[in-house]
Amino acid sequence: MNNILIICRKELKSYFASPIAYGLMAVFAVIAGYFFYVITAVFVQRSVESQMMGRGFPMDVNEWVIRGFLSNISVIGLFIVPMITMRLFAEEKRSGTIELLATSPVKDVEIILGKWLAALLMYSCILLISALNVALLFAYGKPDWKPVLVGYLGLLLQGGCLLAIGTFVSTTTKNQIIAGTATFAVCLLLWVFDWISYETAGWARVMSYMSVVAHFEPFAKGVLDTKDVVYYLSVIFLGLFLTARSLESLRWRS
Amino acid sequence: MIKVEGLTKRYARNVAVDNISFEVEKGQIVGFLGPNGAGKTTTMRVLTCFLPPTSGTAQVAGFDVLKDPIEVKRRIGYLPEAPPLYPEMEVCEYLEFVGRLKGLPKQELPRRIDEVSEKCAIGDVRKKLISKLSKGYRQRLGLAQAIIHNPDVLILDEPTAGLDPKQIIETRQLIRNLAGSHTIILSTHILPEVEQTCQQVIIINKGKLAATDSVENLTRRLRGAESVAVEVEGRDAPLEERTVRQRLEQLPGVSRVLHKESKDGRHHFEVESLQGRSIRADIARAVVEAGWNLQELRPVGLSLEEIFLQLTASEAEGGKKQ
Repeated sequence: MNNILIICRKELKSYFASPIAYGLMAVFAVIAGYFFYVITAVFVQRSVESQMMGRGFPMDVNEWVIRGFLSNISVIGLFIVPMITMRLFAEEKRSGTIELLATSPVKDVEIILGKWLAALLMYSCILLISALNVALLFAYGKPDWKPVLVGYLGLLLQGGCLLAIGTFVSTTTKNQIIAGTATFAVCLLLWVFDWISYETAGWARVMSYMSVVAHFEPFAKGVLDTKDVVYYLSVIFLGLFLTARSLESLRWRS
Repeated sequence: MIKVEGLTKRYARNVAVDNISFEVEKGQIVGFLGPNGAGKTTTMRVLTCFLPPTSGTAQVAGFDVLKDPIEVKRRIGYLPEAPPLYPEMEVCEYLEFVGRLKGLPKQELPRRIDEVSEKCAIGDVRKKLISKLSKGYRQRLGLAQAIIHNPDVLILDEPTAGLDPKQIIETRQLIRNLAGSHTIILSTHILPEVEQTCQQVIIINKGKLAATDSVENLTRRLRGAESVAVEVEGRDAPLEERTVRQRLEQLPGVSRVLHKESKDGRHHFEVESLQGRSIRADIARAVVEAGWNLQELRPVGLSLEEIFLQLTASEAEGGKKQ
C-alpha cells in the first residue's frame, strides 16, 4: 500500500511539473464550458417558451441540463484519457527509468496500481472543473443532487476503465505518441460500438454492449445499475491485468 | 555474497549468456570485463532481478533471484548504463523518491540524503532540476541513488562511460572508497580501469566465461612477466626430474617451476619469471652448462591483454560480417 502511494505521488508530481496537466485542464474547461453554455441556453429558451405558451409542462434541470452535460463530458473523456496515460510506461521504457522501478523492492502490481491511481486522480482533477459548471446550477436552481453524484461516479468508473486500457497500451511501446494514438483508437472504437445499437441482430447487441459510452447512459440519468458497475469494474480489472502480463512479458523477452 | 551457477540467458534468436558460473566474496570489488555485447549487462540484469535467467541460478546474499526477488532487490544498488533519472525532478526530490522506493523509513531519509550527496559530491546541485545537470553530475547522481539505501551489493554498469578524464578519476576514487562496506561488481571494457579499481576480474566474451583471475595475476602478466615451456633431456644418462627442477629454481628471476610431464626420459616444465624479467637466455645457458640437452624453449601463455585483444578482434570481425 505504501509503495503504491509513493509511486502515485511521484506520477502526480510529474503531471503537474509539466504543462500537460494545466494544458489539459484549460482545454477541458473551454470545451466543457461551451457545451454547458449551449445546453443551459437551450434549456432557458425552452422554459421561457413553454411559459409563454401557457402550457407550462414541468422542466426538470436534472433531465434537461445535467443529463446531457454529463453525456457530453463522458465523450470528451475519450479524448482526454490517451493524453493522460500515454507517458505512464512508454516514457519509463524510453528513458530507462523502468530499470530503477523494476530493480526496487516493489511488486509489479504496486507499480501498476500506483500509476493507474495517479492517472485516475489526474482525471478527477479535470472532472472537478466540470463540477464548477454544475455548481452554478445549484446556485441558481434546485436540481436533485443524488443523480448528479451517481453521474460523477459513472464518469469516474468510465474514466477508470479507459485509463486502465491506456495504461496497458502504454506498456507495449517506447513511443509516447504511438501509445497515445493507439489508446485513442481503442477509446474511439469503444465509443463507435454504441452507434450500431439500433441493430437487433445478436452480434450487434454484443458489440454495443462492449461500448463504454452505452454503459454510461444510465449513470447520466442518475440510475445506478449493478450491470453497468460490474461492466466497468471488470474492464478496469482486465486492463490492469493485461498491464501486469505485459510488464512481465517485457522481462522475458526484453 | 554473490553466487552464480550455470547461468544461461537465451533470447528469441541468440544466447546472451551461456553457462556462466562465478562467486564473489563479501567486500570485494570485481571487474566485469568484455567487449560490447559480451553479455555483461545481461548478467547484471539477471543479478538485479530485472531479467529472469533461462536456466541456472543466481544468489545474492543467500537469496535466489527467482524465488526471493524482493529480498534480493532490498540488498542491491544498481546503476544501469544510462542513469535512471527523471529529468523533471529536483535532485533532492529524486533521492527522496528513490529512498522511499527502496524502503527507507521517512525519518532516516534526510540523513541518508546528506550522506550520499556528500559522498558523491552532488551537494551543490541539490536544488537543481535533473534536466539541467551535466553528464558528470548525472553519473554521480546515478551512483548516489544506487547507494542511498546502503545496500550490501552494488552493481555498476559502465560507471565511467562518457565521462571526461578528471571525472573518470574521481568516479574511480569514489568507487574505491565505497569498497569494504559494499561488495561491488562493475562492468567495463577499459582494461586499466579494472587494474586501478578492482581486486578480481571476470572476463566474458560472447556470453561465455573466458577467465576469472585476481588483479595481481592480471597485472603480473601484463607487466611482462613471462611463462616459458622447457623440455630437457639427459645427454648420456637418464635424468631425474627433481635435479632439473632444482637447477631451474635456483636461477635468478624465476618465480615458479611447474612440472608438466615426463616421457621417454624427457621432462617438460613450465617456468614463470618474476615481473619484468626475461629468463629464457638464463634457462638455456643453465641447461647447456649442466650438460643436458635443451629440446625445446618457447614462451607460452597469453596475457590477459592478448586474450582481451583477441576477444575484441573476433568481435570486430563478426561486426564486419554483419
